[in-house]
Formats: sequence, C-alpha cells, structure tokens
Amino acid sequence: MSMTVIVLFLAIVLLTLIITYYAARRTKTTGDFYTAGGGLSGFQNGIAISGDYLSAASFLGIAGAIALNGFDGFFYSIGFLIAYLVVMFLVAEPLRNLGKYTLADMINARFDAKKVRGAAALSTITIVIFYMIAQLVGAGALIQLLFGIKYWIAVLIVGVMMTIYVLFGGMIATSWVQIVKAVLLMAGMVIISFLVLWKFNFNIGTMFTEVKSATSHGAAYLKPGIQYKDGLGTISLMIALVLGTSGLPHILMRFFTVKDAKMARSSVITATWTIGIFYILTLFLGFGAAAFVGQTKILEANPGGNMAAPLLAQAIGGEFLFAFISAVAFATILAVVAGLVLSGASAFAHDLYGQIIKQGKATERQQMLAARYASLAVSVFSILLALGAQKLNVAFLVSLAFCIAASANLPVILYTVYWKRFNTTGAITAILSGLLSALVLVSVSPSVFSPVPGAALFVGDPIFPLANPALVSVPLGFLGGYIGSILSKESDPKRYAEVKVKANIGYNEPS
Amino acid sequence: MIYLNGNEYLKGSHVKERVDYVQVEQSEQFQQFMKERKRFILPYTIFFLVFYFLLPICTSYTSFLNTPAIGDISWVWIFAFAQFVMTFVLCIIYVKKAGALDKQAEQIIHDQIQKGGAA
Repeated sequence: MSMTVIVLFLAIVLLTLIITYYAARRTKTTGDFYTAGGGLSGFQNGIAISGDYLSAASFLGIAGAIALNGFDGFFYSIGFLIAYLVVMFLVAEPLRNLGKYTLADMINARFDAKKVRGAAALSTITIVIFYMIAQLVGAGALIQLLFGIKYWIAVLIVGVMMTIYVLFGGMIATSWVQIVKAVLLMAGMVIISFLVLWKFNFNIGTMFTEVKSATSHGAAYLKPGIQYKDGLGTISLMIALVLGTSGLPHILMRFFTVKDAKMARSSVITATWTIGIFYILTLFLGFGAAAFVGQTKILEANPGGNMAAPLLAQAIGGEFLFAFISAVAFATILAVVAGLVLSGASAFAHDLYGQIIKQGKATERQQMLAARYASLAVSVFSILLALGAQKLNVAFLVSLAFCIAASANLPVILYTVYWKRFNTTGAITAILSGLLSALVLVSVSPSVFSPVPGAALFVGDPIFPLANPALVSVPLGFLGGYIGSILSKESDPKRYAEVKVKANIGYNEPS
Repeated sequence: MIYLNGNEYLKGSHVKERVDYVQVEQSEQFQQFMKERKRFILPYTIFFLVFYFLLPICTSYTSFLNTPAIGDISWVWIFAFAQFVMTFVLCIIYVKKAGALDKQAEQIIHDQIQKGGAA
C-alpha cells in the first residue's frame, strides 16, 4: 500500500467524520434522523440520490462488465438509467405526497392496517439485508484488493464506519457523505474518461475501431450476445433493472428527505441527468480498460472485473489517480451501506416498533432510541453475516434484491396510488406473492444452483432456468394483488378519493 | 379486524376540520386535472417502456442491429445512445408539463379545499 493511498484513505475517513460530527449536532428529532427533517434541497437530494445509485456495483461493476463483455455490460447502464423514468413518471411525486419515513407509511396512507404495514416492513427488511450482505462482501473483497488488508479487517472497517455515520449523524450525515462522494466520484470519472478520449485523439470512431481488436472477442466485442445469449433471460434481467429501482427502500427513502413533491421532482431530474452522464462515461471506462489494461490483467486481478476502473486509472493516470479512485471507491461503499442501514432501521424502529407495537403512541425519546438501537442491530447483524459469507458467491443477492423490489414493492406502490378497487387484502397478497415468488424462484435458479463448482452458491442443476426471475415474479406480484383485491369485498371509495386527491395535487392538511 | 383499524383512523388527528375529499375528487376541476395528467403520463410511460424493451428484444431475436452505422459503430450502439437521448428529452418534457399541472393543482387547493371549506 503506497503512501498516497494511505493519505487519501485517511482524508476520506476524516472528512466523513467531520460531516458526521456536524450532522450529529443537528440531529434532534426522529424526523431529522430518518429524513434529515425533509430539509435537503431538490438539487442536494438529487446528487445524494445519484450517490445512492452509483454504488460500487455500478461504478466498478459496470466498468468491469463493459471491459470484459463489451455491449452486454452496457445493458446495465441502460436499464439503470431508464429506471429513473419509471421513478419520475409514476412513483416519486405520489410517494412524497403520501409518505412520511417509509414505504409502509405511504401504503398506510390508504389502509391503516397493521398487517399491511408488517408486510411492507418485511419486504423492506428482506431487500435491505440481502443487498447489504452483497455490498459488504463485495466491499470486503475490494478493499482487500485495493489496500492489501485482510478481508475481515476490511469488512470491520466499513461496518464500523457506516455504524458511526448512521448512529450519530442519521440521515443528515448519510446524505452529506453521499453528496461529497458523488461529487468526488463524478470528478474521478470525468478525469479518467477525458484521459481515455485523449488517448483515442478525441475520436469516438477511433475508439470503437481500436477496441475491436483489443480483446479476445474480436469484432464480437462490439455486438450483443457475449454474456447474454438467451433472449428470455436478457429480457428478464432488463425488467428487474428497470422496475427494481423504484422499489429499493434506500432509494424510496430519499424522496422523504425533501419538503414536497416539487422538490422530489427536481431531485429526480438532477439525479437523472447526473446518472445519465455517469452511465455514458462508464463506456469510456470500460473500453479504456479493455484497450489500456487488457482483459488478461483485469481477470487476473479479479474474475468479476471489479478492478477494471482502478487499474485503468493506474495505467493512464499513474499512482495518484489510482489512489484517488481507490479512495473514492471506498467512500462509495461507505455511503451506500449507510443508506441501507438507515432504511432497514426505519422499517424496524418506525414501522414494527413505533407503529405496530406501540401503535403510533411512542414518545419522541422512545422513537429516537428505537431508531438508534435498530440501526445498531441492523449494522451488527449484517457485519456478522458478511464476515461469515466471505467464501460464498453472493453476486446473486444483488439481482435478488432488485427482483424483490420490482415484484413485491412496485406493484403495491402503483396499485395504492392508481387503482380504486385495491384493498387491504390485495396489498398483503401483492407484497407476499411478489416477495415469495422472487425468493423461491431465485433459490432454485442458476444463480444459486450451478453444476460447475464455485460458479454459484450450491452445486447442482437449477430447476428454474432464468438467473433473474423478474419475467415471472413481477407479473406474479401484480397478479397476487389483483386476485387478493377481487376476492375481498372490502372497499373504501371515500378513503381512495382522499388518497387520489392528496397523491396528485400534493395537498396536506395543516396539523 | 381491518375495520377496527379503519376506526382507529377515524379517531385520529384527521377528524378535526375534515376536508370532504369525495367532493373534491368529484369536482369538475379535479376530474379535468386528472384527465390531463393521465393523458400526459400514460402515453409517455408506454412509449419509453416499449422503446426500452425493444432493445433487448431486437438484440436477442434479430441481428439487423449489428449492421454498421458509422464506421465501426453499429446500429445497436446508436439505439443504445438513443435511449440516453430519449431519457434526457423526456426529462425536459416532464418538467415543463409538470410545471403547468402544478398551477392547476394549486388552483384546486385554493378553489376546492381552502375556499370550499368556508363556502
């Protein structure tokens, strides 16, 4: 580990701790803790959303996927981007208008039923835990590579840092860590992309011609089909990407950190532009890595291609750029896991404890304590799981999280806002059928069972053919909600009128 | 049991100064607003989803996108970049239209809820 890496690494740690210190002084109420008191501006929140979205998986993962698989890696960039249109057109504003801290709040604006809240909290917690383990295990492996320290130390460093941010600084600290990191990450991306383009004489055509002969794939590198050969599998993945985003708890929570729907809208707009530009740059990183680092070296460093971006930084920018990108990658991981802890904690402390056990009658002090205990519990639990999962191939957990988000959360969000006949039974069956079908199908899919030892969690033949079951589980989530609603006679048109008015015009009664 | 929860809701803080949402919802003004909102949201949503899914469908079941467009850049890349352009354009359109709808929404709050309660 070079001196530059250590210095930049410590600088990041120090900077985030200073942020946490100031955030802690401003975190006085549960509202501050969960949603920064709704006090972020649309622009700040948009940058923070981009930050949440530009996780290590998309920054390092997509650059690596493009470097190794050419066009097929770019599928991810497109799917994640278009997902923002779904958020913008269908989800963001009604969500902000109806909800307070969590997804369950939003659904309960219509139903006020503990079972619905419980079901929504369950799917939130499931997604958070799976996503978190994937992030932490990935983080451990990555920091091990970047800084040359042991896996368990790496996981502990990330785990302790995220716990500190959330425990003391709540959403204010998490948001500002996210904002700072997003700016640093964008700066790093722009510098690397500029250097890559420079090497290609600022000619995109030359870049395409060069990478055609740079990899072992030859001309096929620029064509789809290297990784995704099966049509239904590709389409299923694209469904999970485009619909999953609008159901991820840590993304949904971000819409409560602004004052109103107009701010929520401007957040999505800022996020869409930032993320759009970012994903275009992933192409330069991927191609750059393929041309200037080479696939052999990328694969040697990490079979998943995760080291492509840092290695490219080293190849074209020298040690300093390598150290900078490594430090930014570290910050990226920290900021994203902190957001995950917070959304998991809100489901436990606000939904399960505050609203179900205490029936909304917990005092401010109790709520705050519960929020902090829950954050600590979520953190410790995920750190322990991540420490135990080092040797496991957990890549499927990310696609599982997206799949549950798309199958369990999105149908219920859309039905709540847009379907008059929807009712409590429907809400429960929508969440449970989406959640269960995603869980069951993934657990018998090629992501979990592979005949090749080490390629997946278990050795064996998969029963279900699609690695990502969104093609089946998303329709099942919608169908579950439909059947549940139709079978139950319950309906409350008065309440729906209220929800419809509030969701669409953003009116809130003065309290 | 579900209804028991419904009663809790009635006991809640919402009771005082309740706005008659059914009346607001059925008002000409709100109906018109919803019609316009739907006419805007629905076609665009269908459009971008179709445009998006055409990409994996075309790459999986056809090969015409592999023909070169500009030099070594084939049509599949042009289609991929078009997804970005579409996203940015829809972003701009959305801001414009939503801004216009905001004014109507404020008008509804003013006419139906604030004045409606007093009249």
